[in-house]
Amino acid sequence: MRTTEALEDARRAMEICNACRYCEGFCAVFPAMEQRRDFTNGDLSYLANLCHNCRGCYHACQYAPPHEFGINLPRSFAELRAETYEEYAWPQPVAKLLRRNGLVVSVVTALALAGVLLAAMLLRSPGLLYGVHTGPGAFYAVIPHDAMAVLGSVTFLYALLALAMGFANFWRDAGARDADPLRRRPLAQALSDILTLRHLGGEHGCNDRDETFSTVRRRFHHALFYGFFACFASTGVATLYHFLFGWEAPYGVFSLPVLLGTAGGLGMVVGTLGMLWLKLAGDQAPTARTLLGTDVAFLVLLCMTALTGLLLLAVRATGAMGMALAVHLGFVLSLFLLMPYSKFVHGVYRSAALLRYALENGAGRDSGH
Amino acid sequence: MADFSKTYDVLVIGGGNAALCAAISARKQGASVLVLEHAPRAFRGGNSRHTRNLRAMHTAPTSVLTESYGEDEYWEDLVRVTGGNTDETLARMTIRATAQVLPWMEACGVRFQPSLSGTLSLSRTNAFFLGGGKALLNAYYTTAERLGVEVLYDTEVVSLDLDDGLVRSVSVTSRGFPATVRAKAVVASSGGFQANIGWLKRYWGDAADNFIIRGTPYAKGRILENLLAQGVQQAGDPTQCHAVAIDARAPAFDGGIVTRLDCVPFSIVVNRDAQRFYDEGEDFWPKRYAIWGRLVAQQPGQIAYSIIDSKAAHLFMPSVFPPVTADSIAELAAKLGLDPAALERTVTDYNAAVQTGTFDTTRLDDCRTEGLTPPKTHWARTVDTAPFTAYPLRPGITFTYLGVKIDTQARVQMQDGRPAKNLFAAGEIMAGNILGRGYLAGFGMAIGTVFGRIAGKEAASYAHH
Repeated sequence: MRTTEALEDARRAMEICNACRYCEGFCAVFPAMEQRRDFTNGDLSYLANLCHNCRGCYHACQYAPPHEFGINLPRSFAELRAETYEEYAWPQPVAKLLRRNGLVVSVVTALALAGVLLAAMLLRSPGLLYGVHTGPGAFYAVIPHDAMAVLGSVTFLYALLALAMGFANFWRDAGARDADPLRRRPLAQALSDILTLRHLGGEHGCNDRDETFSTVRRRFHHALFYGFFACFASTGVATLYHFLFGWEAPYGVFSLPVLLGTAGGLGMVVGTLGMLWLKLAGDQAPTARTLLGTDVAFLVLLCMTALTGLLLLAVRATGAMGMALAVHLGFVLSLFLLMPYSKFVHGVYRSAALLRYALENGAGRDSGH
Repeated sequence: MADFSKTYDVLVIGGGNAALCAAISARKQGASVLVLEHAPRAFRGGNSRHTRNLRAMHTAPTSVLTESYGEDEYWEDLVRVTGGNTDETLARMTIRATAQVLPWMEACGVRFQPSLSGTLSLSRTNAFFLGGGKALLNAYYTTAERLGVEVLYDTEVVSLDLDDGLVRSVSVTSRGFPATVRAKAVVASSGGFQANIGWLKRYWGDAADNFIIRGTPYAKGRILENLLAQGVQQAGDPTQCHAVAIDARAPAFDGGIVTRLDCVPFSIVVNRDAQRFYDEGEDFWPKRYAIWGRLVAQQPGQIAYSIIDSKAAHLFMPSVFPPVTADSIAELAAKLGLDPAALERTVTDYNAAVQTGTFDTTRLDDCRTEGLTPPKTHWARTVDTAPFTAYPLRPGITFTYLGVKIDTQARVQMQDGRPAKNLFAAGEIMAGNILGRGYLAGFGMAIGTVFGRIAGKEAASYAHH
């Protein structure tokens, strides 16, 4: 991690926090901090990505602004995190997409939508696009299955590759170099921390909106996270159906892909809208205003992907199906393309930081709430 | 929004731990309550903002306290630090009451740390607030507001109209505007006077100009002075204050915990003339910590320097300001503005006097000096391995001891021996009744919580009679 203003700010904050330690007992950042006296750039990158932005430390801080020490760890870490995203992104020339990300997300999404719509019109006659199609293979009357499958898998595999490279870059710079990341117990501990968001609230909750405690943010995040994976599972099941059994989409309302997709889509809509609401309604002081664009753009993209999917389900027996399908695919394409260059990457780096934490502390040691 | 035309049942002066305990207790008795906090909202809570724990008696382990800590042991600890300078009735009352306060605090939203992993080993005697004092105050303010307590920030109480033991009204400056507030009963919980350098000068002279105030700049002692001038009986020694040695580069006010320096027992401490002046290894740091403020205050210019070498660099808690570092003692002296020759002589003399022993930070070891004045009786090791580092020290004032005398109902006592009718006191303003000297970690919060609750309850019942 290069030395930047945000990094120096985080270093100054960590040195003050390390002399205070009143926040030990909050999240994993503090026990991790206490193991050090000096903070390398890699350490700070690790700590920034270990932070879940729960704001507990900010509201408890006797040195928070307007105190002259001006400690605002959630903001400092958020700003540093944004820089680490760019630092570790792969390939490097494209990393700049993470800057002014709101704009990038909207332009890429617009282009993806236009592209899919144009392609649909060029590949098929306009009549097919507006026609009513039902029964197996109805979707492919509008957009050929092969085109859909190739485009989807190529973009998704690219996203996976870029994210894996990002993870490797992070691990080299800020991970535990001499520890084996595949040891079973730390891996299991990290996985459990990721899936339960242990550091985001516990039994008492976090400072989601102000100095009072709630678990609302964790719940919305869970809805979004599990919603996303249910949608992902839905696609996976549908792919198996297609290639293994030759069952063609669309599937029945009570089929596994549709049930998973519907539940997941609803979760994503609720989760993204809830997260957006918290972002806008919460105390702005512990947030980094400059990152609002990135965060909002990604949440809206996720929300639109889910909404258009639900819309497609609703209108799939009508003449609007073709357009709905094209629009939904446009959003999905944009989401895949932007995964490595949007807020999505926080999942990769936070997970990596949690794994390092588990390795460092010996899995199983409880330092949560 | 507070209504100055209304007569409140209970008026609470101050916004720290004791004040909020009083306000919540009074409100729970059904009283209408107004809290007047001098600080703006961001700095609310007085010195409680910088606290961390509360010393609590318990007969069996609890979720946040280990083993047991009985009344007698607690009392003995208190007698030891105060040298008997305490009111036994009030002290034992406080100690016994701490056995019940934790559940009450939890009901007010206060959260505790399950156990402490850090460097302090106080989890047997002290319950630590998760996140520290400001988190505790946030919980109290949230609870108070939910219950309907009214809070006015940026509002300083200027004086009380005290007439024959009865407070008729109080004059305030609220957000810059003068006003009069009426209440049936008043709880004074406005802290000590440590942030009033002019007042400290009465006892310390110009040395007080070099004092650093560790806590809130709002503890000016205005109410304390006003009450004492109106015939309220005083408690505690006016010349006493809790003074520790902290980093000289700390802010003038509000530096809090991070400015403390734990390096003294592993160092030699010299004054402006590069001379040692006290046994740095007398006892364990928490025990001797509190004497160093006074020691430094008595040195010329109220400044001292704790000097260590690389062997000791990581033996103590990290501190907030970086040490002054040099490759030789002479260079270090030059950086500190000390006479290099004098410092070199002091270090050489000290090194020559160090006896070989077994260095052990966990006990009073046998590393000591011989034939040196003053001696260093434990943890004495030569200062000879570069890089050498130094931390500048100044007296850091935590709180003052002078307060108002109270009885078991937290009623303020008048000089004629009668209790005031509707005036109660809680917190630092009356802590001198119980903690007449010395310091016991977490005991200030214990007094504030116990007497805050008593004052609030008694004030509410007076208002209702």
